[in-house]
Amino acid sequence: MEAVKEKLLNETNKKFIEVSLNIIPFDIAKEFISENVMGYGTNMDETMFSFGDVREQTERQGKQLEGMEIIIKQKPVFRLISQDENTATVVEEVVGKMIIEGENRNLFIRLTSVYEFRDEKWIVVHWHASHPIAAIAGDAWNLEKWKLKNEELENKVKERTIELKKSLDELKVTQTQLIHSEKMASLGELTAGIAHEIQNPLNFVNNFSDVNTELIAEMKVEIDKGNLEEVKAIATDISDNEQKINHHGKRADAIVKGMLQHSRISRGVKEQININVLADEYLRLAYHGLRAKDKSFNATMKTDFDESIGNVEVVPQDIGRVILNLITNAFYAVTEKKKASTGSADNNLYEPTVSVSTKKKGDIVEISVKDNGNGIPQKVLNKIFQPFFTTKPTGQGTGLGLSLSYDIVKVHGGELKVETTEGEGTEFKINLHSK
Amino acid sequence: MKILVVDDETDIQTLFQQRFRKEIKDNLVEFVFTFSGEEALDYLSLHEHEQEAILILSDINMPGISGLDLLGQIKKRYHKPPPVVMMITAYGDGENFRIAKELGADDFLTKPLDFTLLKEKLKL
Repeated sequence: MEAVKEKLLNETNKKFIEVSLNIIPFDIAKEFISENVMGYGTNMDETMFSFGDVREQTERQGKQLEGMEIIIKQKPVFRLISQDENTATVVEEVVGKMIIEGENRNLFIRLTSVYEFRDEKWIVVHWHASHPIAAIAGDAWNLEKWKLKNEELENKVKERTIELKKSLDELKVTQTQLIHSEKMASLGELTAGIAHEIQNPLNFVNNFSDVNTELIAEMKVEIDKGNLEEVKAIATDISDNEQKINHHGKRADAIVKGMLQHSRISRGVKEQININVLADEYLRLAYHGLRAKDKSFNATMKTDFDESIGNVEVVPQDIGRVILNLITNAFYAVTEKKKASTGSADNNLYEPTVSVSTKKKGDIVEISVKDNGNGIPQKVLNKIFQPFFTTKPTGQGTGLGLSLSYDIVKVHGGELKVETTEGEGTEFKINLHSK
Repeated sequence: MKILVVDDETDIQTLFQQRFRKEIKDNLVEFVFTFSGEEALDYLSLHEHEQEAILILSDINMPGISGLDLLGQIKKRYHKPPPVVMMITAYGDGENFRIAKELGADDFLTKPLDFTLLKEKLKL
């Protein structure tokens, strides 16, 4: 072949490789790729039957390469020129060096191109590119490689499974700790309230007992005087006082029991209990707990208990926690609103109020905890039951109160719902089946 | 002497009535009981023009108007001479004590009430 013609073939072949690997812009390809070219790329889907197909494929792969640089090295393997020297089959191995995620990679391609000499130009009419698979020498069907690959994958899966199991165990431990700390945090809020609530009945027990001691002394005097009417009157008082002592003793007892129930790990045992008593107890505890923490705190408590609800079968310490949580949140909301209005003209008009009520609605018992605070902004409303979501400053809320409450109510087969109006207040409703 | 007792614990009434049995019988003292700050204010405004001086004995922790609010309002509103107000504080509650003092509380009692001491203070 003439030297000029051969030089032209080499140049065209080089350009074709550079265009195929997106090293030079595709536009130049019009000069040397046939309109009805047929080509196979290295992937299954890379089948091209026209110049347009080639353009499309080249542009697509070009996008994937953006920002990467390839340096190529050609290695001639085989060349077949037809007798009339107008058809050439060129086989070359091409190594493209590129940097992928900071590491040097070599891209091996075996490229067979068929050229025809038309109008003093070499034109690509067909080509076929393939990647040699880096397989074990002599393993024609790649069997060994697949086996190795499977083994490798299995090992990887095992490793990941161990790692995942470890994280899962850690998560379980963390979850238990969090639930515990949430419980302890709410217990802390209760402690001061409990102290106050126990102190009052104990004072009555002591005071009435002292009164009775005095009354008995007086009674003895009256007996000596033979003043029977007075003796009878004193005896009635003593007996009344005994009832008071008994009443307040039981009151203290119930509070201590309630506290123990709250801190105890729930065994999940359902009992028939009077929800009104439970709600009232937690309302008072929450109120005094907050008063003890913050002297400036004050709010009006309103209760409206429907006596017809009867006993409801629940896990008392769990439902108690839900009620306590809702009440504590309600008090928090009204306190925030009061604080925000300090100094403004509205301050004296605003009366922080928390209402707790129960209502029987067919088979459903509804417990409502309502406040006249600032309400919940619409944009966070769908997040409030998510674990760890809190609007309180860091360290003040675990973000678990409502999420745990929601779960507890769900486990009881009930519903926890919220209604809120921004600037006006929020009402949470627990719906439980009365049976 | 008339004493207005303000406490949300209703049994306080029975307790006082028994503790001051003799004094009440001998007409040395008369007790009026109200169970919230609101009730106490209502009572005071209804009886504003009575000549008899009144001593107020109030608890602090109450829902609604607290004992401290009540104290502040009484001292602000009734000028000449304002009623004597004695506050009942919980044991060891230094902060309430300080605030009550600032608001003009005349005297203090701690819980549990020491009735002998109260009688001494009232000179009964």
